[in-house]
Amino acid sequence: MLTIYINNTEVQAEEGWTILDAAQFYGLAIPTLCHNPGLSNYGGCRLCLVEIGEGKYTKLVSSCTYPIGEGLVVHTDTKRVLEARRMMIELMLSTAPGSKVIQDLASLYGVKQMRFKIRNEECIYCGLCVRMCEEQMDAKAIGFQNRGFKRKISTPFDERSYECRLCGACMYICPACALRCQGPDADTAVCNACLNLDPTCVEVYDELQCWMYDAGQCGTCVKKPSDAK
Amino acid sequence: MHQIKSPQELREAAAEQKRQREAQQKAVLTVSAGTCGQARGSLDVIESLRKIVKEQSLEDRVEVKLTGCHGFCEAEPNIIIQPQNIFYQHVKPNDAAQIIEDTILNNQIIEKLLYKEPTSGKEAIKEEDISFYTKQNRLVLGDNALIEPTQLNEYFSIGGYLALAQVLEDMEPEEVITSILDAGLRGRGGAGFPTGRKWKLTRTVEADKKYIICNADEGDPGAYMDRSLMEGNPHRVLEGMIIGGYAIGADEGFVYIRDEYPLALKHITRAIEQAEEAGVLGENILGSSFSFKVNIVKGAGAFVCGEETALMRSIEGKVGEPRQRPPFPAVSGLWKRPTNINNVETWANVPLIILRGAQWYSEIGTEGSKGTKIFSLVGKINNTGLVEVPMGITLREIIYDIGGGIPGGKQFKAVQTGGPSGGCLPAEKLDLPIDYESLTQAGSIMGSGGMIVMDEDTCMVDVSKYFLNFLRDESCGKCLSCREGTQRMWEVVSDICDGNGKESDIQLLEELAVAVKDASMCGLGQTAANPVLSTLRYFREEYDAPIKDQRCPAGVCKALISYSIVAENCTGCMACLKACPEGAITGVLKEVHVLNQEKCIKCGACFEVCKFDAIKIE
Repeated sequence: MLTIYINNTEVQAEEGWTILDAAQFYGLAIPTLCHNPGLSNYGGCRLCLVEIGEGKYTKLVSSCTYPIGEGLVVHTDTKRVLEARRMMIELMLSTAPGSKVIQDLASLYGVKQMRFKIRNEECIYCGLCVRMCEEQMDAKAIGFQNRGFKRKISTPFDERSYECRLCGACMYICPACALRCQGPDADTAVCNACLNLDPTCVEVYDELQCWMYDAGQCGTCVKKPSDAK
Repeated sequence: MHQIKSPQELREAAAEQKRQREAQQKAVLTVSAGTCGQARGSLDVIESLRKIVKEQSLEDRVEVKLTGCHGFCEAEPNIIIQPQNIFYQHVKPNDAAQIIEDTILNNQIIEKLLYKEPTSGKEAIKEEDISFYTKQNRLVLGDNALIEPTQLNEYFSIGGYLALAQVLEDMEPEEVITSILDAGLRGRGGAGFPTGRKWKLTRTVEADKKYIICNADEGDPGAYMDRSLMEGNPHRVLEGMIIGGYAIGADEGFVYIRDEYPLALKHITRAIEQAEEAGVLGENILGSSFSFKVNIVKGAGAFVCGEETALMRSIEGKVGEPRQRPPFPAVSGLWKRPTNINNVETWANVPLIILRGAQWYSEIGTEGSKGTKIFSLVGKINNTGLVEVPMGITLREIIYDIGGGIPGGKQFKAVQTGGPSGGCLPAEKLDLPIDYESLTQAGSIMGSGGMIVMDEDTCMVDVSKYFLNFLRDESCGKCLSCREGTQRMWEVVSDICDGNGKESDIQLLEELAVAVKDASMCGLGQTAANPVLSTLRYFREEYDAPIKDQRCPAGVCKALISYSIVAENCTGCMACLKACPEGAITGVLKEVHVLNQEKCIKCGACFEVCKFDAIKIE
């Protein structure tokens, strides 16, 4: 067991855990997007940033990839962390504003503007589909191509892959292309309906009881039940 | 060459080579033939020199030596004539006969081939009289001009592999590490991590196998220190690696070198073969129980593969993408084994420290940064070239004393250090003593040693756009912050250059730049915002002018400038008219010409050719 300090609280954590593992174990919310417990850690979306270190020597690291060590000092929600996270959300949002997952993140973190040119892409290169295809489906049908701003995800040589069994796991796990934001004009603006509107539901239902939630039609449940009046 | 079986035998062989070199009665013509020299035609010069020597049967009086880069690019192809140390620049093949006839046979200096100081116009005859060389301390690079890089005996003749002999004979691995630690050598690849500490860490980790890597994936635009070392003195880099292998307990090493460096690749490959043949590399080196082999891996040209974790993935055959550190390579590196990775220049410093002692080495440089550093001085500077200077020298000394100032009497504006992810430092930072810490404090980095000088005609927003374009292309694309961040910064800066900037853009740039710096995983991403941050810090007004007044102060950004003809100055010489590719200038001889703004594509060809200052940029 290792002793680490998360948000000034001394906690015990197992060797081999990442910061995210420890934080989740103790019930601390760190937003994630490219992370999935069933897949290997990637560290591409930079949402799970936390600040480590003390005094002058602090830095931001992605908590899903950073292994804990004895005496590690972690802060999960400093001003620096939140500012960086907001910028990451704004970057994603202006790339793929149609994604409900990203619009919800924007609502949750109070990102209210898109100052970059909107691109309306369907992919934010989080790599979930690539890892899903390789690690869970054992297919390796898709992968990354090129680098930098020319990066894309495709089959080798962009041809029909014989490895692909059309299982659809890549689409299932995609945070950007599958579930669309139903806000008024999500494709051109920060919807933020979920942030700004009071819940239309008078009651707070259990997730399973609400068909609107299942259909992804209603934004209000994004607000935690405790926030509802 | 026969196998050398003991350190003693190596000492004897080296002493014999040294004696032969000193007993040399011939006049030696060393022609610089690194990639740069060859591009400027040095191979033709060598060929015609050799031809004349043969024709006149002067083989026993004259030797023509093909060496690596002498560092003075501006003067390529250049020849140093020993023993007098006469320096000739811009030598052409048809100068060969005169050089042999006048200088070698009749001991006369050929004036037209002498170097003239750009400021005073004074001629310099010998290498040591040239201001470019006087302030340098060429501990690492200096040997380039002495030896033929493809001959092992040449390296022996200047004390080659004696450090290795000393290490194997009477030093324990720990002593070697202590020596490097005491010398205060820090990584020359950019980050400046203390080399000895890295070695010590790698040594203490227990493992069945350890690796050494030489990082020769030099990717910064305008930087070519490592290439010149690999081309001009490959054995020295190799010797450093072997000593490093002994010190940390590794038996295998890799040289990761760019495939775009064919000559360096050829020379290091040959050096490895020769070293194995001579018994200084391979099984039971110099009869000891220490074995070490070196493999070469060619990089495919991705800038990010210069980052250590990406480089190791590339050697493993995977996509060159950085990974999270820790675990650090010293603990888990190549194929999850402890790996020590150092830059070419760092390795080349190692034999020097062993031979001349840590104490001697630590007296050069500043408190925190020891030894010398090679910079590649390029851009708007009179003496372009590789300069090796002690740490702590000021930028002013490098640019004005060694570099000979700015050509054409122009004003100095900025110097960009540390490659694409370094920063631009303005004139008020000229007296900054250069070491790792001071450069970082000033908002730039040491990097691998690129130094690009810019004059008053440079637009800093345009510079920042150039580097962002490089970085958005070279980012591996894994981290959102770096991939999208560099792309978006480039978009915003491009908008400003095109005259479409908004007042809020500067704040957006600042916010984004800080986020990119904070949020990215590897060194490339963490420094990718430096071009923006440093130009915003020192040249804020150049961002304000295009946004507020639709004006580019330096007259570079095409969307914001227009060319026109100043009637009073125009002599009607028709030079601009002929130069214009679009036919936008009309007029007849000896009458003032007219420029049609609608046809003008702002290429600047007219401005370049006009001798009468009659083309105005607004």
